[in-house]
Amino acid sequence: MEGFLFWFAALVLLGSAVAVIVNRSPVASALSLVTMILALAGLFGLLGAYFLAAVQVWVYAGAVMVLFLFIIMLLDLKAEEGTPLRPLGVGAGLLILVLLGAGFWRAIPSSAWEANSARVAEANDATSIGHLLFGAYVLPFEAVGLLLLVAMVGVIVLSKKDV
Amino acid sequence: MGTPTLGHYLVLSGLLFAIGLAGVIVRRDLLIMYMCLEIMLNAANLSLVAFSRFSHQVRGQVLVFFVITVAAVEVAVGLALLVSLYRMKRTTKAEEITALKF
Amino acid sequence: MAWLLLLAPLTSAFLVWVALRPYPRLSQAVSIAASGLAFLTALGIALGKVGAPAALSWVDLPGLRIEIGMTLDSLARLMLLMVTGVAFLIHVYSLGYMAEDPGRARFFGELSLFLASMIGIIVSTNFVMMYIFWELVGVSSYLLIGFWFEKNSAADAARKAFLANRVGDFGFLLGILTFWATCGTVAFDPGAARGLAGNWLAPVAALLLFCGCVGKSAQIPLHVWLPDAMEGPTPVSALIHAATMVAAGVYMLCRIFFVLELSPEALSVIAWTGGITALVAALIATQQNDIKRVLAYSTMSQLGYMVLAVGCASTTAAMFHLTTHGFFKALLFMGAGSVLHALHHEQDIWRMGGVGRKMPLTFVTFGIGAAALAGIPGLSGFFSKEEILQAAARNEPVLFWMAAFTAALTAFYMTRITLVAFLGKPRTKAAEHAKESPFVMGFPLIVLSVLAVIAGYSFFGIEHLLGGHEAEGKNPLVPMASLTAVLLGLTAGAITYGRANQERIAIPLFERKFYFDEIYDWTVLKLQEESARLLAWADQWIVGFVLVRGGAFVVSLGGEMLRLLQAGNLREYAFLFALGAGGILLLLFGR
Repeated sequence: MEGFLFWFAALVLLGSAVAVIVNRSPVASALSLVTMILALAGLFGLLGAYFLAAVQVWVYAGAVMVLFLFIIMLLDLKAEEGTPLRPLGVGAGLLILVLLGAGFWRAIPSSAWEANSARVAEANDATSIGHLLFGAYVLPFEAVGLLLLVAMVGVIVLSKKDV
Repeated sequence: MGTPTLGHYLVLSGLLFAIGLAGVIVRRDLLIMYMCLEIMLNAANLSLVAFSRFSHQVRGQVLVFFVITVAAVEVAVGLALLVSLYRMKRTTKAEEITALKF
Repeated sequence: MAWLLLLAPLTSAFLVWVALRPYPRLSQAVSIAASGLAFLTALGIALGKVGAPAALSWVDLPGLRIEIGMTLDSLARLMLLMVTGVAFLIHVYSLGYMAEDPGRARFFGELSLFLASMIGIIVSTNFVMMYIFWELVGVSSYLLIGFWFEKNSAADAARKAFLANRVGDFGFLLGILTFWATCGTVAFDPGAARGLAGNWLAPVAALLLFCGCVGKSAQIPLHVWLPDAMEGPTPVSALIHAATMVAAGVYMLCRIFFVLELSPEALSVIAWTGGITALVAALIATQQNDIKRVLAYSTMSQLGYMVLAVGCASTTAAMFHLTTHGFFKALLFMGAGSVLHALHHEQDIWRMGGVGRKMPLTFVTFGIGAAALAGIPGLSGFFSKEEILQAAARNEPVLFWMAAFTAALTAFYMTRITLVAFLGKPRTKAAEHAKESPFVMGFPLIVLSVLAVIAGYSFFGIEHLLGGHEAEGKNPLVPMASLTAVLLGLTAGAITYGRANQERIAIPLFERKFYFDEIYDWTVLKLQEESARLLAWADQWIVGFVLVRGGAFVVSLGGEMLRLLQAGNLREYAFLFALGAGGILLLLFGR
C-alpha cells in the first residue's frame, strides 16, 4: 500500500512539475504547480510529517498560489501563448536535467537504499514541533517573524505607484 | 512495489530539483521562472523531510517550516518586484530586461 | 675635550648656516674662533695633554658594530696638527682675500663644515665613520668649488668634482662592504684583516678601497676634476685642493695600509698609478699658463708621489711628504692668491710679470714655497721627496727613474712660473699697478714659509712623530740623482724663460692635458648617446609596447571575450550556474 501510494504521488509530482514548464498558458502552469504542491503534501504525509503536509497545503496551495494567480490576472499575461519554445533553450534545459539527475544519482550513498529503517521518528506531531519552535529554535522563529514584517513593508513600498 | 527507501525519496527530490532548474532555463517568462523556483524549493523540502524521517529526527521538519516561510516571503517580494518591473517595462520577459548588460 | 675638534667647527658651520648668514663679521669671528679652537685642541692632543675620549656606540647589531670614536695615534696627530694649523692660517688669510665678497658669511660657514668633516676623516675609528665624513668632505668641497655659483664654469667645475669623486667613492663603498663581508667588522683592526690574507678578495678589497683615494686624491684616471676645481676661491684651492682634502686620500691609504699590505699586487698597482700620475701631471704642468692650474697639476703630481710611496710600502715617506707638501703648497696657493687679489683675478702668468718688485713679501714667500716644492736642498720638500725616491728605488727602478724625471720637471715648471709671473717687465696695466696685500694675508704666508723651510729637519719632529727614520737600505745614488734632476730642471727653466715675454715651447699634447677631457667628453657622449638610444628603444618597444600595451591588450581582449558571456540574460546565467553546479557534483561523486 505504501509503495503504491509513493509511486502514485511521485508520478503526479514529476508529471505536474513538467506540466508547469510545458504549459503555454500561465494559468495552466499555475494550476499544474498547485497539483504538484498537493502531491508533495501527500508525500509529506506518507513520510509521517502531517503537520508539514497541512502547512504545505495552507501556505503554498492556499496563499502563494492565490498570489500567483492574482498577479497573472493583474498583468494579463498572454503574450507567450503561441510563441514556440526555442530549441536552444530546450536543449540547454534537457542537458541540465540529465547532468543534475546523474549528479544527484551518483551523490546518493548506497546505504540510503536499505529498507529497514523507515519508521516514525520520536514524538512526531505538531506538539513536538511546536515545542521545538518555541524552545530550541525560538530565535530563528522570531527572526523569520521579523523577516515577514520586513517583507510586508517592502512589498507595500514596492507596490506604491510613486515612491 | 516494496516500501520506498530514503534513496527513492532522494532521487525523486533530485529529479524534481533538476526539472525546476531546467524550467528556469527553458521558460522566458519571469513569472513561470518564479514558479520553477518554487519547484526547486519544494524539492529541497522533500529531501529534508525524507532525511528527517529516516534519521528519526523532528528537527528537519522545523527547518522545512522555516523554508516554507521564507519561500512565502520570497514570492511576495518577488511578485511585487515583478509588478513594478512590468509597470516600467511593460513586459515580464527575461530577455528584455537586460539593464545589467554591458 | 677631544670632541672639541669635531664639535667646534660643526657648531660654527651650523650657527652660520642657521643664524649668522646676514652678519658676515660675526660669521667670520665664529668660524675663525672654531678653527683656532680646533687647532689648540690638536696641539693639546699632540702634546699629550688631551686624551682620546671613550667611543660612543652608534649601531650595535649582531655582525655589525659601528662606533663613533677617535683614533689619536701618531698618524692622526700629525695629520690633525697639519690640517688644523693650515686651516687656521687659511681662515685668517680668507679674512683679507674675501673681504669684499658679499657671500663671505656663507664662505666661512662652508669652510667650517669642511674643517669638521676633514677632522672627522682623520680621527675615524672605522670605515663607516670615515665614509660618512669622506662624503661630507665631498659635499663641502662641492659647495666651496661652486661658491661663485653664478659663474657657469664654477658650477660646472663643482659638479664635475662631485661626480668624479662619486665614481671613486662608489668603489670605496664597495671596498668597505667587501672588507666587512670578509672580516666581519668595519673597524680599523689589523687583527681582523688577517682573515683576508691569502684570500682572492684581498687584492679586490684593497683596489676597491684605493678607488676612493683615486677619486679624492685626483689620481689618473679620475684626476680631471682637480684642475677645474681651481674655479673656487683661492683660499679654497689652498685649503682643500692642496693641503687637506686631496691629501685625505693618501691619509686614508696610510690608515688602511693593513689591508693593502696583504696584497702585493694591489700595492704595485697603487705604486704605478702614483708614478704615472706624478709624471703625467708634471708634464701637463709645464705647458699651462694659468698660475692656479700649474699649481693644481703640481699638486696632482705631488699626490702621485705620495701614492707611489704608499705603493712602495713606505707610509712614513708618504705622510712625511704629505705634511711638508701641505705646508708649501698652501703657501704657494696663498701666494698665488695674493697676486690674483692684487691683479683683480688675472690668472694668466703671461699677463703678469714684474709683480715681484711690487709685492716683495709675496714674492719672497712664494719663492720659498716654489723652492721647497722643486726640492732645493735644505728646504722641507727636499727631505720628504728624497724619502719617496729612496722607497721607489728600493722597490722598482723604473718607478724611481720616472719619479726622478718628475722631480726635474717640477723644478722646471716652478722656475717657469716664478720667473714669468714675478720677474721681467709688467706686461699689463694691472700688473703695473699691483700693490702688496694686507697683513692678514701676509701673516699666514710668513708662518707657512717658515714651516716650509724647517718642516723637513729632524728637530721639527715629523719623522719622530711618525716613528723614526727608516735607516735601512739608503741608496747613495738617490740623492745624487735627485740633485742632478733638480739642477737640470732649474737650469733648463732659467735658460728657457729667463727673459721670455711669451711661450717658447709649444707642446699641444701637454697643453691640452693629454686630451683627457676631450677623451672623456667623447666617450661619455658616445656611450651616453648610444646607451640612451638603446634604452629609448627598449622603453618604447619592450616596455611601452610589449609590456604595457601588450598587457593592456591581453586584459582587454579577455574582457571582450568574457563580455560575450555577460549578455544580461538571466536564463544564460542560470544555465551556466547549473552547468557549474552539475560539474561540481559530478567531480565530487562521478567516480
